[in-house]
Amino acid sequence: MRPDLKVVADLVGRDKRVLDLGCADGELLVNLHHQRGCDGLGVDVDPDQVVRAIARGVSIIELDIDDQLDEFSDQSFDVVVLSQTLQATRHPASLLRQMMRIAGAGVVSVPNFAWWRHRFGLLTTGRMPVSPALPLTWFDTPNIHLSSLTDLEALITTECGFTVDQRVLLDSAGSPTRVRGPYNLLAAGAAYLIKA
Amino acid sequence: MPTDCSTSIGQVETRHVVLFDEQNPLRLRSGAQLTRVEVAYETYGTLDADAGNAVFLCHALTGDAHAAGLQDSDDPKTLGWWDNLVGPGKPLDTDKLFVICPNLLGGCRGTTGPSSTNPDTGEAYGLDFPLLQMTDFVAVHRALMRHLGIERLLAAVGGSLGGMQVLQWATEAPEEVGHPLVIAASSRLTAQNIAFSAVARAAIMQDPGFAEGRYLAEGSSPEMGLSIARMMAHITYLSEQAMDEKFGRRFQQAESRGGFGVDFAVESYLAHQGVSFLGRFDALSYLYLTRAMDYFDPFADPKAVERLRAAGTHVLVISFDSDWRFSTAHSRRIVRILTDGRVPVSFREITSPWGHDSFLLELPDYHRTVRAFVEHAGDRIFPHAGRSSLSSGDGNWR
Repeated sequence: MRPDLKVVADLVGRDKRVLDLGCADGELLVNLHHQRGCDGLGVDVDPDQVVRAIARGVSIIELDIDDQLDEFSDQSFDVVVLSQTLQATRHPASLLRQMMRIAGAGVVSVPNFAWWRHRFGLLTTGRMPVSPALPLTWFDTPNIHLSSLTDLEALITTECGFTVDQRVLLDSAGSPTRVRGPYNLLAAGAAYLIKA
Repeated sequence: MPTDCSTSIGQVETRHVVLFDEQNPLRLRSGAQLTRVEVAYETYGTLDADAGNAVFLCHALTGDAHAAGLQDSDDPKTLGWWDNLVGPGKPLDTDKLFVICPNLLGGCRGTTGPSSTNPDTGEAYGLDFPLLQMTDFVAVHRALMRHLGIERLLAAVGGSLGGMQVLQWATEAPEEVGHPLVIAASSRLTAQNIAFSAVARAAIMQDPGFAEGRYLAEGSSPEMGLSIARMMAHITYLSEQAMDEKFGRRFQQAESRGGFGVDFAVESYLAHQGVSFLGRFDALSYLYLTRAMDYFDPFADPKAVERLRAAGTHVLVISFDSDWRFSTAHSRRIVRILTDGRVPVSFREITSPWGHDSFLLELPDYHRTVRAFVEHAGDRIFPHAGRSSLSSGDGNWR
């Protein structure tokens, strides 16, 4: 499993009912089921991914998380996961509110646009950053709402009124990393456990 | 779409079996009994020694037991109604699976229905035939399954009314159904759905030939009413776009003839649908089957979802975006109820311009979804399926 998905799985915990938004082919859900006894449902909008997930026996619902999350009832899950997806959605703030309506906890992982390599590349070349954390060029990327970690934390807490229960900083391979100093400069990404 | 017989399973035969008789009558949910129930069915492929590869097809309102293959190997017109889905190498692969398709109770294509002879009177039942519910269709399916030596299906598949039977079966006996595929179906008709059926039934019952349902004894026939019912229903099976693409405003002849006869191509098409229906369908069956749909509401039983959850049954729900007979909202309702009830469920809305009829068509995106679900269900039969999947390692068929 991808190292960042393992971090997400650790934040989800055991024996939870999990909704994975933007679950792709369901790799995280398969792992959560086998390794952590979780019972999960995936959501994705890409037909190829949905068929791949179905072929693995993953429960998956094809819908658009930008405007169809009303299909899920209030507090019908324990945890909602949004792994490397928030930055590709149209309304991140309302999506966070939807997540916390559907479950009491949310796990969000994002790339950090303010990582020093991104800053350095932009400063020296004057071009939009391309890195292991942001592998696609600006015109190919699905990411339309990139943020720094500081920005995201402000959205979670100040704008939406939720709390950050845990933060795991990630290196450019998506593995957990210990950072000494300003993490908004030094971490390539992060995963958050959010509580209402 | 062109008829392709080269990939079909070849010559098939409809068989008949009496599943209920005087010693073992069929007790309907209403309390009424049927002392003789004969069922017409077809099977394709070979049942494994452990009877673990059986897939049950439930047909829609006007379908029959002949789902796949050719009834006459020289006549492509005798190809089964779901041949594009069922056959060697197809999504329901008859090289691996044993596929069963019966005509449903109350039908008119070989299974006992309201135009069958009432053993008590020696005449056709007519309106003396008891009203049917979805669970009664399923009771007969279950009896056929056992008759064939099968305890548990690998999957049950149905579109429209067929999907409703699959849903009923799954909520009633989820452990039997294995993997239910509920396609272009509904868990509860809307007022508009019921209204369409009401008009169809009115057309039949107000035809003088209907003779209070005694038309077989009287030697009359509600042909006009039945063909009007079919014409109207057919409008609801196609999307506006599909009709536009098929017919537009073209005239049937080179030039418009005016008047009130058949002039537009779409009128000719509907007239043909209406007339060709008469040869293969019975007005009383139309009444009984549509009525069973009107009252269908499986989730009114508070235990229905609980049973599905306890069995861990994974349900696949599919809708088509241009279907307005049973729109995606109908499927979403099923998905919402199952999700809230913590039942494993997958859902896809397939893009198709063809409306409700899409479930019968060979649409690659639709067919690959069915294939993925069924191959995972039978990952012991399909060796390439199931790797790094939810069922690998736990040794169960999920």
